Amino acid sequence: MLLIECPWCGPRDEAEFACGGEAHIARPAEPAALSDAEWADYLFMRKNPKGLHRERWCHTLGCRRWFNVERSTITHEITRIYAMGEAAPANENEGEA
Amino acid sequence: MSRYSIFSLIRHARTGHRDWPRAWRSPEPKPAYDVVIVGGGGHGLATAYYLAKEHGIANVAVLEKGWLGGGNTGRNTTVIRSNYLWDSSAALYEKSLQLFEGLSQELNFNVMLSQRGLVGLAHTQHDLREIARRVNAIRLNGIDSELLTPAQIKELVPIINISPTVRYPVIGGSIQRRGGVARHDAVAWGLARGADMRGVDIIENCAVTGIRREGGRVTGLETTRGAIATGKVGIAVAGHSSVLAAMAGFRLPIESHPLQALVSEPIKPIIDTVVMSGTVHVYVSQSDRGELVMGAGIDVFNSYAQRGSLPVIESMLAAAVELFPIFSRLKMMRKWGGIVDVCPDASPIIGLTPVDGLYLNCGWGTGGFKSTPGSGWVFAHTIATGAPHPLNAAFSLERFHSGALIDEHGAAAVAH
Repeated sequence: MLLIECPWCGPRDEAEFACGGEAHIARPAEPAALSDAEWADYLFMRKNPKGLHRERWCHTLGCRRWFNVERSTITHEITRIYAMGEAAPANENEGEA
Repeated sequence: MSRYSIFSLIRHARTGHRDWPRAWRSPEPKPAYDVVIVGGGGHGLATAYYLAKEHGIANVAVLEKGWLGGGNTGRNTTVIRSNYLWDSSAALYEKSLQLFEGLSQELNFNVMLSQRGLVGLAHTQHDLREIARRVNAIRLNGIDSELLTPAQIKELVPIINISPTVRYPVIGGSIQRRGGVARHDAVAWGLARGADMRGVDIIENCAVTGIRREGGRVTGLETTRGAIATGKVGIAVAGHSSVLAAMAGFRLPIESHPLQALVSEPIKPIIDTVVMSGTVHVYVSQSDRGELVMGAGIDVFNSYAQRGSLPVIESMLAAAVELFPIFSRLKMMRKWGGIVDVCPDASPIIGLTPVDGLYLNCGWGTGGFKSTPGSGWVFAHTIATGAPHPLNAAFSLERFHSGALIDEHGAAAVAH
């Protein structure tokens, strides 16, 4: 059970939120220039790290705003919450325990 | 290794059943093998078993980081069926169901297969149309499937509530009569014993920490019990597939999620089929011990923690109690989670990888147990010959480049 700190509404039960999956996947600037493999990498391939994961959440049953979360996929501990559009935190530990 | 029979039972009864031999050895890893399978769950053990039996490749090790069958093999709800929509899925899962039908005899180990029938429920007109479409598609593939009216469902499952006044009334359904359950631990143990009898080394408490490669080819593995040289590696690690792929330098279209299940206290027999509902999301069967075995959906977030959140269990139980009001006073004894490897099209990946000699079997998501023997059978062929069998050719990693996805999101009869 996650207690998620919405940047606008404060700490709320996980059931109020929707998880949007991996964050920081940038849409290619020129999709038509990509090979099938590059397009598949953008569309389907995921980091799926065992350790810190940067992911998008939306407070669907609250303010309905999106934000980024850095969370451990081993302990479920949330270590950082930051705004959409903000660069991924420089943290060498990504994907590590 | 002795065969199990009525005579061996009588013989061992004389000594009070105290000197049964171990069902498989516990060997030290050798420095080199022809093939190494990573993952000692059902799929990995089945792969090793069929490599030895069908392809005569017995110099094989199965590496398991924990204990045998202690991952998803021991955490699923033991349901077996082959009622899939698309031709390629139907052929693969039906192969597996047919192997299951002969597995106890073949392994000389009772996997307690019980083909008690599997009922899928429709609660809306859309459900009903979709179920009718699936029943027709399944029958066209030569697999048994029938439509049911609410009255027929009530006859099969007397405790079900088919009142039209509930929030999601039962308005019809389907049944695969050859579907059912099998004892999940027995499947792992029987396959382990069968593989071991043919010379396969099953090595527990041995985690893979690195994949050695030279010039784009696999040359061996680094493990917590030393390096092992091999030219062929088969990965069957379910939730940890992305971790192993990262060791070999490529990415997968897989995300790992918790999938939860739970059992009630044991009660007298009250339900002798498997009942599944995708719309209200519940599936239930009764174990031989009398426990009701129920499964929930996946948690929405990525996790490797083998546990999920309570709201997922709560919503599943709410649906269960509406369908089966008689359950309302039952106590739940245990709940647990397994980490499932979810693919974007809800179909598995079984085949080659960008690394020569490295083969991949993953992406089974919420439906791995039923495919245990079939998965091992086609994966053994793929590893032995270096090319996929016609049954798993469509399930390549390459399909995410070509776009030839196999969309089976509806096939679980429960939402993914």
